[in-house]
Amino acid sequence: MHRILEKKLLRPPDVFFFKVSAPLVAAKAKAGQFVIIRLHEKGERIPLSLAGIDPSAGTISLIVMAVGKTTGEMAALEEGGAIKDVCGPLGNPTHTENAGKVILAGGGFGIAPLYPIGKAFREAGSSVVSVMGARSKSLLIYENEMRGISDKVLITTDDGSAGMKGIITDALKAELEASGADTVMAVGPAPMMKAVCDATKPFGVRTIVSLNAIMIDGTGMCGGCRVHVGGQTKFACIDGPDFDGHLVDWDCLINRQRMYKTEEKESFEAWKKRHNLP
Amino acid sequence: MDEEQKKAKTPKKLNPKRTPAREQDPGTRKKNFEEVSFGYGLEEALLEAARCLGCKNRPCVAGCPVGVPIPEFIAAMVNGDLAEAYRIIRSANVLPAVCGRVCPQENQCEGVCTLGKKHEPVAIGRLERFCADWQRKNGVQAKPEPAAPTGMKVAVVGSGPSGITCAYDLARLGHEVTVFEALHEPGGVLFYGIPEFRLPKKIVTGEIDTLRQMGVRIMTNSVAGKLITLDEMMKEFDACFIGVGAGLPRFMGIPGEDLNGVYSANEFLTRTNLMRAYKFPEYDTPIKTGKRVAVIGGGNVAMDSARTAMRLGAEEVTLVYRRSEAELPARAEEVHHGKEEGLRFEMCTLPTKIIGRDGWVKGIECVRMELCEVDQSGRRRPNPLAGSEFEIPVDTVIMAIGTGANPLLTGTATGLALRRGYIEADPETGKTSIPGVYAGGDIVTGAATVISAMGAGRKAARAIHEYLSSRKR
Ligand SMILES: Cc1cc2nc3c(=O)[nH]c(=O)nc-3n(C[C@H](O)[C@H](O)[C@H](O)COP(=O)(O)OP(=O)(O)OC[C@H]3O[C@@H](n4cnc5c(N)ncnc54)[C@H](O)[C@@H]3O)c2cc1C
Ligand SMILES: Cc1cc2nc3c(=O)[nH]c(=O)nc-3n(C[C@H](O)[C@H](O)[C@H](O)COP(=O)(O)OP(=O)(O)OC[C@H]3O[C@@H](n4cnc5c(N)ncnc54)[C@H](O)[C@@H]3O)c2cc1C
Ligand code: SF4
Ligand code: FES
Repeated sequence: MHRILEKKLLRPPDVFFFKVSAPLVAAKAKAGQFVIIRLHEKGERIPLSLAGIDPSAGTISLIVMAVGKTTGEMAALEEGGAIKDVCGPLGNPTHTENAGKVILAGGGFGIAPLYPIGKAFREAGSSVVSVMGARSKSLLIYENEMRGISDKVLITTDDGSAGMKGIITDALKAELEASGADTVMAVGPAPMMKAVCDATKPFGVRTIVSLNAIMIDGTGMCGGCRVHVGGQTKFACIDGPDFDGHLVDWDCLINRQRMYKTEEKESFEAWKKRHNLP
Repeated sequence: MDEEQKKAKTPKKLNPKRTPAREQDPGTRKKNFEEVSFGYGLEEALLEAARCLGCKNRPCVAGCPVGVPIPEFIAAMVNGDLAEAYRIIRSANVLPAVCGRVCPQENQCEGVCTLGKKHEPVAIGRLERFCADWQRKNGVQAKPEPAAPTGMKVAVVGSGPSGITCAYDLARLGHEVTVFEALHEPGGVLFYGIPEFRLPKKIVTGEIDTLRQMGVRIMTNSVAGKLITLDEMMKEFDACFIGVGAGLPRFMGIPGEDLNGVYSANEFLTRTNLMRAYKFPEYDTPIKTGKRVAVIGGGNVAMDSARTAMRLGAEEVTLVYRRSEAELPARAEEVHHGKEEGLRFEMCTLPTKIIGRDGWVKGIECVRMELCEVDQSGRRRPNPLAGSEFEIPVDTVIMAIGTGANPLLTGTATGLALRRGYIEADPETGKTSIPGVYAGGDIVTGAATVISAMGAGRKAARAIHEYLSSRKR
């Protein structure tokens, strides 16, 4: 059992911040790794990126977007509640040695896991530019945190309510044209990461992505998280989650992510009905 | 014993056939996850026990990888002392309820049973299961009293049969044992791989409870190599046993394996057994079985996947295997049960491509194989027959073609000698290239059997005990 020490609504209505007690995980975890949690005895195992690691307090932070049954159920948990299983740290840490100039591109809540990654890059001596995109100002998260670890923050909103009007790749391309970069790291939904890779390709910039394949064990045992990278089959949980974005077969990933669409919907609807939720 | 003596010893009315065990009817059981075999009742067990000749040369004991004193436990049964029968089995085998159900007895004790030369061999596995089940039902204390604490700490990585056995023996010798298990449930393949209908999970959890009662600390959700490396473990513990299994699923490398609807057997079985997807949506984890399923492979893993698919509602399940039926490596009983349940067999068949539409599986392209001369494995080598290509329409493909060594722990262990990813260990002691580090089970031998993993765990426990005793002095 892992106590929820803090919970807050980060971005209404569906993005939540959790601080969870997990001393052993916090002692070992590095930026870019994730945990797999299971809420209760009948729950499924879902991967969540580490959005904060505090070894001295023995806590980890998770940012969860309620998109379905399990994340919805987690969003309904309160401070003082508990998560049955937290397994981690899993996956390989992001290589955050001094990489010169690094651009971090975060789509949606993908900005959250980029926070510890950016912090580690900065500590290793890299200069960090963060590019964050959202549909409008009210949907931006982690802006202050990112400012704290970035040399420069670029914001785009679809409606122009904050930063530049446009999408994240517009700001990214402008930055690359103006002053280039040594590495781009993108975290977010697969179509967003794909768009980032398409945008960086003409510049020949090394582009790292964190792949969010459907997982169960996270230890290389099931092969369900397999992705196609550079013509080879890789297991996202043990070979990744970071890969060279220019080598990723995005259509394969996006297709595999929708394998359980029907069942996910069935499970979510049944749960909402049981709890009289809209 | 010569023929004359044997005849004299054999009871006049020896039944040439073994006593049958009651089973669920195939039509019923293929729709549920309840155990297939009910096992013997007392009367049947005693009837079967009476068939044993009590051979002085004990071929069955030699055939058992852990040397269970078979004629002795059967004699105790005949004498009506079931508690004693159980105690005798347990002295050599800490998981009798498991082994009685899943051991390939036909290749082991029963394969060399004297009776088997002329008649059907004694049903040793069923008797073993009976004694273990009787013990559980009658609540006889199974937990032995551990020796006085030695003050030595041992880490066991992995809670499959090798880890369980090693932990049990070490705890009994008074060592302080901590088990690290990556998943949220201990038991290894016994929990996540072998299905409920063949090995009910409450039996596995029962054995794990016994371990806990003996003072063994089991840390679940603890991935060695990630949460704690081997180097760190050796600083915190006096010795370590690695029994992490061979859980890395292999794929064939044919086109279409990334389509939706293609599973590794591990994923298919893990979703069903560990995550209980067969109770979806009561349990959250989904599984997609489809109407028509092809399972590629011919071992226990393939049989379990095929029979699981059937129970999940598939209408047609086909086992696709590249050699002939005679060469199927699965336990004979499972093949027999699968047939009764209506499993289709496409033997001497090799898939060459998985065909998809809109990202989903719609069939597999196969070619017939011809069996040629015997190869190194002693089996006939299959060769594709030109012009024999054909297609099997399916919605789901399950790959059960074997597993490899998982690099998660071994990749982070400095100085641990490996061979093709497997740990190099002395077969007699489990000793590895690092002093104080021992290994056994599938991570040393490659995918094998429950009983051989247990045997390795036991040998390693003995060697670790000697190592720790010598260090203490
Ligand atoms: C390495 C990694 C890190 C992630 N980090 C975060 C994070 O920090 N915050 C966050 O909110 N989400 C994160 N996700 C995604 C998160 O795991 C899914 O949103 C979650 O599993 C959805 O479960 P659900 O039951 O709520 O929704 P569902 O309705 O079941 O699924 C919604 C979508 O989530 C994906 N998904 C479903 N089940 C799984 C699964 N077992 N594993 C992975 N993806 C799945 C599917 O593509 C699906 O279409 C991460 C995923 C991965 C692989
Ligand atoms: C579906 C299936 C059916 C089978 N049927 C039979 C049968 O009928 N009869 C038979 O005799 N044999 C059968 N076998 C084979 C038998 O189950 C295995 O040979 C046996 O379980 C191996 O035991 P083990 O202790 O080596 O490892 P496993 O049982 O594989 O257990 C290893 C454990 O270690 C854990 N682990 C792995 N890596 C780490 C890590 N880094 N840190 C912490 N924990 C870790 C795993 O999660 C797992 O729990 C079957 C196997 C399968 C897959
Ligand atoms: S070989 Fe068969 S008959 Fe002989 S002792 Fe063993 S089980 Fe009994
Ligand atoms: S999640 Fe099972 S192998 Fe990656």
